[in-house]
Amino acid sequence: MRPFTYHRLVSHEHRRAILQSCDDAKYISGGMTLLPSMKLGLTLPSDLLDVTSLPGMCDVTIEGRRVSIGAAVTHARIAEDAALRAICPAICDLARQIGDRHVRNRGTIGGSVANNDPAADYPAALVALDASIHTETRSIAVADFLCGMFETALDEHELVTAISFGAPDAARYEKFPHPASGYAMAGVFIARTGGFYRTGITGASGQGAFRCEDMERLLNAGAPVEELASLGFDDLDIFEDRFGSRAYRENLIRVLAHRAVVHLKS
Amino acid sequence: MTIAKPALRIEDRRFLTGQGRYVDDIALPRQCHAAMVLSPHAHADIVSIDTSEAEAMPGVLAVLTGHDVAADGLGSVPPFFMPELWGGPPGYATMRPLLVMDRVRFVGERVAMVIAETADQARSAADAVMVDYAERPAVVDAQAALDPKAPVLWEDCPTGNRSVTLKFGDAEQTAKAFEAAHVVVQRRFVSGRVAPFSLEPRGCIGDYNAGEDHYTLHTSSQDPHGFRRILASLVLNIPEASLRVISPDVGGGFGLKAHMHPEDGLVLWASRRVGRPVKWIATRSEAMQTDTQGRGQTAHAEMALDAAGRILGLRVRAYHNLGAYFWGTATPPLFFSMQLLPGTYVIPAVNLETNAVFTNIAPLSVYRGAGRPEAAFVIERLMDEAASTLRLDPREIRARNYVSPEQMPYANGAGLTYDSGDFPRLANECAELADWDGFAARRVASERAGRLRGRSITSYIEVAGVMNERMEIRFDPSGTLTILAGTHSHGQGHATVFSQLVSEWLSIDMKDIRYVQGDTDKVLIGRGTFAARSSMLGGTALRKAADDLILKASKMAAVLLKVEESDIEFADGLFRTRNSNQTISLKEVARFFYLPAGPVMRFSLGLYGEGTSAGKPGAQPNFPNGCQVCEVEVTPETGEIHIDRFICVDDVGRALNPMICEGQIHGGCAQGIGQALCEEMVYDESGQLTTGSLMDYCLPRAEHMPFIQSKLIEIPSATNVLGVKGIGESGTIGTPAAIVNAILDAVRPLGVTDLQMPVTAGRLWDAIHSAASQRDEMKGRQS
Repeated sequence: MRPFTYHRLVSHEHRRAILQSCDDAKYISGGMTLLPSMKLGLTLPSDLLDVTSLPGMCDVTIEGRRVSIGAAVTHARIAEDAALRAICPAICDLARQIGDRHVRNRGTIGGSVANNDPAADYPAALVALDASIHTETRSIAVADFLCGMFETALDEHELVTAISFGAPDAARYEKFPHPASGYAMAGVFIARTGGFYRTGITGASGQGAFRCEDMERLLNAGAPVEELASLGFDDLDIFEDRFGSRAYRENLIRVLAHRAVVHLKS
Repeated sequence: MTIAKPALRIEDRRFLTGQGRYVDDIALPRQCHAAMVLSPHAHADIVSIDTSEAEAMPGVLAVLTGHDVAADGLGSVPPFFMPELWGGPPGYATMRPLLVMDRVRFVGERVAMVIAETADQARSAADAVMVDYAERPAVVDAQAALDPKAPVLWEDCPTGNRSVTLKFGDAEQTAKAFEAAHVVVQRRFVSGRVAPFSLEPRGCIGDYNAGEDHYTLHTSSQDPHGFRRILASLVLNIPEASLRVISPDVGGGFGLKAHMHPEDGLVLWASRRVGRPVKWIATRSEAMQTDTQGRGQTAHAEMALDAAGRILGLRVRAYHNLGAYFWGTATPPLFFSMQLLPGTYVIPAVNLETNAVFTNIAPLSVYRGAGRPEAAFVIERLMDEAASTLRLDPREIRARNYVSPEQMPYANGAGLTYDSGDFPRLANECAELADWDGFAARRVASERAGRLRGRSITSYIEVAGVMNERMEIRFDPSGTLTILAGTHSHGQGHATVFSQLVSEWLSIDMKDIRYVQGDTDKVLIGRGTFAARSSMLGGTALRKAADDLILKASKMAAVLLKVEESDIEFADGLFRTRNSNQTISLKEVARFFYLPAGPVMRFSLGLYGEGTSAGKPGAQPNFPNGCQVCEVEVTPETGEIHIDRFICVDDVGRALNPMICEGQIHGGCAQGIGQALCEEMVYDESGQLTTGSLMDYCLPRAEHMPFIQSKLIEIPSATNVLGVKGIGESGTIGTPAAIVNAILDAVRPLGVTDLQMPVTAGRLWDAIHSAASQRDEMKGRQS
């Protein structure tokens, strides 16, 4: 690993001042993706700016049905937060399925969202919950934020500060973990609000997390759950590797959606 | 009495509280660090190496290449031994240099070495070494490498890419058996390459002392004396006394560390070049590219049976993928994968052949089981195919074919003679523990929950205990003692088990026994630990050392008690005279051996005993064996596999410490489960490793592990005084077959008739899906 300077940011003024003075700064939150990438020499930042002490970054606030989660809130905290569980248990259950205990204790929702790994779990929830991603200057609708594998609408050094969404009436996340990495081979998040369904699917596609409108049409039309088996994904770029053929991943989406819907209806 | 008790492991307190001492825990004064430049190509000529940029980087002390290795006259390394030593044909042996000079033959081959003040500086500079390669076509598959048009790795090998072919059995007799067969079942079986994956990666520190012209190597090794022999006599060309090898605590070996690797020689040489200790610790990524791997066999197998399901003959033609070199201890898996093919069954005629083939991937060597799991997989998969074809219960077809206890000693037709065992009894005990008869009801319950249930019953047999061994017991003046072991524990718990033995034999409290291993300056000679050898060979040698010590002490006791030596008896830690109630303790006698005057003047100064055991050749190994019952549930819509029951009944001869035996079984099963369900090292067609990190290489995790129910059976081995049979490898041997057979049993009703390892959920779903498509197609044609 190449030597670097570590800064613990205490305010946004501090952040802007330091950014001015560094060649190649990177934000670090939990570091669960950044550190392995630095160890492999794939990323060689001159300065690491730890954002976890910035004001508000670790707050979880619930106002009415509106949920806001600070970007530096860890997966473990989300998994265990009683207030969150009371209003949107599916997001807690999702967080509980990320990585292992060590990763959950370090990794943060903002880091995951900003990285937009096509096999990460949160993007599925964000899509299904029609979440907003907040930075220090603006808020971005998830549909505009996710721009394909590892790509987001963030400008250089624009910092994700929080994620917010309206709590659904009910939601469920079903995941099939990759045997080696533990990331999602497919993950299906289905939310129901006011009788309408909205979906987010991760892990299966090179486009990153996506909404499946065909699936939503079936669900919103009240079709029997068995009809999910007819869903096709021919127009999508579906992953294929040693652990799962294209057909297998497409099947996983259908099976996981089925499981999620059965759970929502029970 | 301590033998046969589940004594807690003495070493665990140290390990579990972070006080183990591994190579990376050692920091020598003035030490610097090495990093390797690895070949990114599977097959290429080295056109030139430019080290100038690297040499100019901060902290860099030296950049060394294969030309420097050659200029300094360092020797290349042949295989530890070739099949010829075990009675096979000569074969083609490679000579491997520490750094290659002219041509790389696999991705991860060591091309240059950088020495720098820090490990990071060394790695950064290693990235700056510019190597110009001219790529050659590569071949990664063993059978493809035998094609006359395939790229050749070693032009002077007279048989192309084939190093050697080993044959066992009788071809003519087997042909006749197949002619007489009622049914023949055949399959192609692949035991893919798997990574030994020790938790502690390989690492070493070379320390050259110019004042004494003497070298010290701290290395993570299963066999310090073996490393010393090769490094001193073949690489450095120095007397063995000029090299001390120390292997402190070692965090797992599994065969990977049974033989030296290029870095062991490189750090010693580099230390001499730069005049400072040189340390090298593999990163995990580096380990995955450069470590030896295990298995790597494809077998085409067929079995002939009569109408009653009795085996008439077995024919196997196999291919072992040696990788780029015939390296280290690659010979044993070639033999054991063939010689144990008959398994626990009477097979009147066998015709077995394996071909060891060079390809452009990392070298093959031993990995826990070393050939035995490949053999068990072939025979046990064939047994289930035969049972399915003949519509026999898998338990019944095995019962009709087991070697019976009355047939012992039994020559298996492939060159091994089993000394003892009761295979039918083990199968019955295992089936009973597994509630074999309750399966039908469990299957119905699974089906109600939408899952398929399958089961298997498989047997395995192992050959354990190769070569000779030496142990020593030394008293000190205060009556405590030290065991100096020629074996080497790297997780097995030897400090505990050997102390238990000595404690009981000499009536010395466990806490008064110290255990020393892994240092060539302290231990006269030893073979280290691999191939489940230490209980038998270390234990037998230790018994002889104890006897030797008692004999020496009894002479002193006779003097002290003023009787003839023949009047002295030893029991419960006391020497007593036959005709009186006079006694003296062993501890007290030991004290007299250390006095500056007195009776000791008639004896040698100091009390110690030494003992040697001899295994093959010269004496017979032992044959651990066992039976496993596995039950799985399969979720058909995703291919998910859940191991619901896993029962192991193992004949360990005699359990010296049943808790440690069970621990060894659990660990072995975990690695067997890994191979069956998720582990495989995969190279693409150009020879690039596609499973070079834990994101892609699936090591089994705690969540993959079933509850393993274990029962130990003690049918004493006839080949050693302790009656023990090895246990270190047992779990790995039968487990892959047990799991794959159970999965197949579950999905056979869906039309799936074969599965290759690793049986991942995706692979299983594909098989179920394509069987269903074929069924639909058939129906379509019929209608």
